[in-house]
Amino acid sequence: MSETMAAGGTRTLQIWRGDLTSGQLVDYTLETEPGMVVLDAVLEIQRSQAPDLAVRWNCKAAKCGSCSAEVNGKPRLMCKTRLDHLPADEPITVEPMRAFPIIQDLVTDVSWNYEVNKKIIPFTPREDLPEGDYLIDQADTDRMSEFRKCIECFMCQDVCHILRDQRMHNKYYGPRFMVRLASLDMHPLDGIDRIDQIADEAGIGLCNITKCCTEVCPEGIHITDNAIIPLKERVVDARHDPILKIFKRNNTRPGKKKPEASA
Amino acid sequence: MAIEHHDFDVLVLGSGGSGLRAAVAAAEAGAKTGLVCKSLLGKAHTVMAEGGLAASLGNVDPRDNWETHFQDTMFGGKYLNNWRMAELHAKEAPDRARELEHWGAVFDRTPDRKMSQRAFGGHTYKRLVHIGDRTGLEMIRTMQDKAVHSDIDIFMETTITRLIKDGDRVVGCFGYRRASGEQISFSSKALVVATGGSGRIYKITSNSQDCTGDGYALAYEAGAELVDMEFIQFHPTGMVYPPGVAGLLVTEAVRGEGGILRNALGERFMEKYDPKRMELSTRDVVARSIYTEVKEGRGTPHGGAYLDVSHLDSDYVRRKLPSMYDQFLELAGVDITKEPMQVGPTCHYFMGGIKVDPDTGETRVPGLYATGEASGGMNGANRLGGNSLGDLLVFGRRAGIGAAADANKLSAVALPAEELTAAQGEVDTYLNGSGTENPFQMHKDLQKIMGDGAGIFRDKEGLTEAISLLESLESRVDKLKSPSPRLEYNPGWQLCREVKNMLTVSLMIARGALMREESRGGHSRLDFTAYSDYWAENNIVVHSKGGYDMQLTPTPVFKRDELSELVEARKESEKAS
Amino acid sequence: MTTVAPSPRRLGATMRRDKWWVQPVAIVTALTLFGIYSIVRIVLSKYYAITAGGAHLQSPFFSPDLPGIFSFKEFRPWAVLVLWAPLGMRSTCYYYRKSYYRSFFLAPPSCAVAGVARRKYTGETRFPFVLNNLHRFFFYAAALVVVFLWIDTVRGFFYHGDFGIGLGNVIMLVNVVCLSGFTFGCNSWRHIIGGKMNCFDCSAVARTRHKAWQKVSILNGKHMQWAWISMFTVGLTDLYIWLVSSGAFHDPHHVF
Ligand SMILES: Cc1cc2nc3c(=O)[nH]c(=O)nc-3n(C[C@H](O)[C@H](O)[C@H](O)COP(=O)(O)OP(=O)(O)OC[C@H]3O[C@@H](n4cnc5c(N)ncnc54)[C@H](O)[C@@H]3O)c2cc1C
Ligand code: SF4
Ligand code: SF4
Ligand code: FES
Repeated sequence: MSETMAAGGTRTLQIWRGDLTSGQLVDYTLETEPGMVVLDAVLEIQRSQAPDLAVRWNCKAAKCGSCSAEVNGKPRLMCKTRLDHLPADEPITVEPMRAFPIIQDLVTDVSWNYEVNKKIIPFTPREDLPEGDYLIDQADTDRMSEFRKCIECFMCQDVCHILRDQRMHNKYYGPRFMVRLASLDMHPLDGIDRIDQIADEAGIGLCNITKCCTEVCPEGIHITDNAIIPLKERVVDARHDPILKIFKRNNTRPGKKKPEASA
Repeated sequence: MAIEHHDFDVLVLGSGGSGLRAAVAAAEAGAKTGLVCKSLLGKAHTVMAEGGLAASLGNVDPRDNWETHFQDTMFGGKYLNNWRMAELHAKEAPDRARELEHWGAVFDRTPDRKMSQRAFGGHTYKRLVHIGDRTGLEMIRTMQDKAVHSDIDIFMETTITRLIKDGDRVVGCFGYRRASGEQISFSSKALVVATGGSGRIYKITSNSQDCTGDGYALAYEAGAELVDMEFIQFHPTGMVYPPGVAGLLVTEAVRGEGGILRNALGERFMEKYDPKRMELSTRDVVARSIYTEVKEGRGTPHGGAYLDVSHLDSDYVRRKLPSMYDQFLELAGVDITKEPMQVGPTCHYFMGGIKVDPDTGETRVPGLYATGEASGGMNGANRLGGNSLGDLLVFGRRAGIGAAADANKLSAVALPAEELTAAQGEVDTYLNGSGTENPFQMHKDLQKIMGDGAGIFRDKEGLTEAISLLESLESRVDKLKSPSPRLEYNPGWQLCREVKNMLTVSLMIARGALMREESRGGHSRLDFTAYSDYWAENNIVVHSKGGYDMQLTPTPVFKRDELSELVEARKESEKAS
Repeated sequence: MTTVAPSPRRLGATMRRDKWWVQPVAIVTALTLFGIYSIVRIVLSKYYAITAGGAHLQSPFFSPDLPGIFSFKEFRPWAVLVLWAPLGMRSTCYYYRKSYYRSFFLAPPSCAVAGVARRKYTGETRFPFVLNNLHRFFFYAAALVVVFLWIDTVRGFFYHGDFGIGLGNVIMLVNVVCLSGFTFGCNSWRHIIGGKMNCFDCSAVARTRHKAWQKVSILNGKHMQWAWISMFTVGLTDLYIWLVSSGAFHDPHHVF
């Protein structure tokens, strides 16, 4: 049996308690069971020591993306982070995401993300599609499917320095929505030319491809290499490449139309 | 005190697959539509659905058609299904799947570039439209975008604690915003309950935190009937180890793709229980088989059975079952391409639910509609894998249209002040009352009672005991109080009403299970192991006689003459083999 | 009890416990050392070819051999006329961008570590970084240089016209393979070869380009590794040729 399970043992968690105005890390010590994840520990503390501890979770299966927090300083899904994978000789810190306003304890207000999502025009079929079933190849499906794995945990948004440190929420959509735009722009049957949005409103030029988003994505989406960089190259095609310009090839996006004035 | 208030034609509770589909349909029908959910948008329980959506497109196996799908559903449900629902579902699921694709959903393809379909337990042909093992996520994301760009007002992290009636009619509801604790009321000409199941009444469950049976309880309190509540699907394959993740689902797609079940002796034990369908037998059979193997001492070290895909090509496994691969590697330290998983039954799905009109989703209470897992009838005594996602779309849409049509007939409705005050009083009591009962503790007690007395195998003694224990909780429920008086995101406060709802649901289950003296589908009695002819023709319908006092009535199965031939044909062919 | 403020913080603030600063320090050191070495070599512009015994081993810093081809008489760092291409490719390369934005510009120094507070962050929207969008042109030029390196490498196997193998040959071969691995794993190339398409299956050409895209994607997946390895092999190849041609030791080889 390779189920290598370190025995549980006593662990200390330092959990951030507070709201927008103030807060601090509070120590909690508990007995753990083998294979426990951080969320188990937090819920056990909630049940037995701190019944008012606010934490957002839902599936406890790493599928819904609710339980994002910063564990030992790094964004993690609490329900996917095993205690025995964290250094045993020191306390575990659990804090809320920093890129968003705190509601209470570990719960942050992520509504900004939903506002951004509203600005992205959903899939709109090309006008020249034949009647009948959609025909799409598995190769195209595979490429889009990587992006569509996103569970909207918003940890990439949290770690992206443009949002986290520069606080430019009004200038940059963030990696999560670059992924979304990529899945739409690369859809073989989508009929919208999204380049202007990607370049201007979404602010792709602000991304300096430092790849922290990719490092934290729990779904293993290659956010920079497969979404952002290809989109940057598409913007280069449309806007920066002088040779394509000379040959007037930079505006040929078959089947794609510019969206009407404002979405 | 004035509280936040909103007016809608149609208000949908729940943003799972069924709620989203209902809201989209209602908005398309021109109704002013609102959508309320307890969690964030896009996080509802439906995101966890893995295997796929059953629709007889016939893309992979051209022999498939709605008739066969209907027959499979009826056979799977042990003929207790509402025939009309099974019919509508089988007929309309293909269109709903195509429609989803037209809204931008991306599914795996066949070589000729159509939607691919995979095999699943109980389905005669390869029928499940899927994308890897995250079909529910794809559905949710697609409809979430559709809803966000439709004319729908969305209220996230808002818990509804009571439906409000004006006379006989449901005219709205009341709740609070979780983030701020601020109270909120809605008036609606028609209200659709799409709040999903109640899996959290068991400790070992695949269900998400949302699944506390709120819709069942709220509708029950409002006077609706519920049907088939004794039938609970225990999914045969949940994780059994480590303890923290016990219950976490191992998708049926693992078996669909060729996974093999063995006991500790290495025997492929399904040969004993269902030699024809083997691992792909219906879920109730597989779950009981694993349970029996473990009980008779042939279980694995952690008390389950081995589920093995290591004989399959490892790249194929990683491509077709990526999240299972991750889940075991990450949480159990098991590489499923090399070694077997250990699995055991876990509470998964509620076949029963609010009794509705098949065509419109209307309950017996005017103004109240239900759909999705919150409604009952479609699945009979046992649900086939993949039939829920189809169910959400088909009946979600129908409920949305039904509710919108109803709303169009009505002029404005208003919430009676005293009803509102009563609802406010209830949530205030949980926060500031004089109660002493801790909701976390009571939830734990309840889970234990249900696990011990009304789990996968039941008998008279255990059920009677469970019922009396549950009844002893009734008085404690009124004394529930949040350990903290804070308004903002207070988990204990939230749990108070949820525990109350779960108690209502648990009582329905235990009482129904005691009444049904036979074993059928998701209901197995050790003291009545065979089918009974009487119960083969009757569903148990329950409604409130006030408080926790319930009226349980055996009611003949809803049949349709034009379908008799199909049903009989299936029964014959089953007998023959 | 420790207090943390959840909003923007001073440079380097983080709750991370690991040694996150190791990587930026290592990158700054490595890139600086390589830069100094390169400048020294270009200023020196000597000892870049081994010609003893009919050999023809050319340092990658000085290929193609401009003074040789054009018979330049004056001593100048002619290599600069070529080196802008690989240098430009590397400095606009998506991987190098990541590493210098992090390590030199501290934006951010490491993930979840606060960077320098700027008055106005503009990313790659303003001069000079907006020029990084021209990466593909540097790729075209650098790819051409790689062709010359392959010519050098093949020519190196012939001693007075006879086939032979020596340590220098092997080193040059390894180097040109690594450089090709880096150059043709380029993100822009990956885009041009197939990534820009939205339908991988709509024509025979599309299917071929899809296959090519998949191959480039494999190289691209290890672009960082290729970047570092090839940087070292270039430096070491040059160093080897410098040492041999300056007479420090002989290049062991066998002519068949
Ligand atoms: C792990 C797993 C895998 C599955 N795989 C499949 C599969 O492959 N195929 C298949 O067909 N089925 C599958 N199922 C079953 C299927 O996913 C569910 O039956 C289905 O998602 C239920 O959807 P729903 O819309 O009815 O409700 P849910 O998705 O449960 O949504 C309920 C909604 O109601 C809201 N809500 C609840 N109470 C309140 C309240 N008091 N106030 C406000 N809002 C409230 C919640 O916030 C949520 O938004 C699976 C289930 C699980 C657990
Ligand atoms: S690569 Fe771009 S999007 Fe990703 S974290 Fe860095 S700056 Fe943000
Ligand atoms: S892209 Fe990855 S990290 Fe970002 S929100 Fe989606 S799943 Fe989370
Ligand atoms: S609780 Fe759903 S991802 Fe952790």
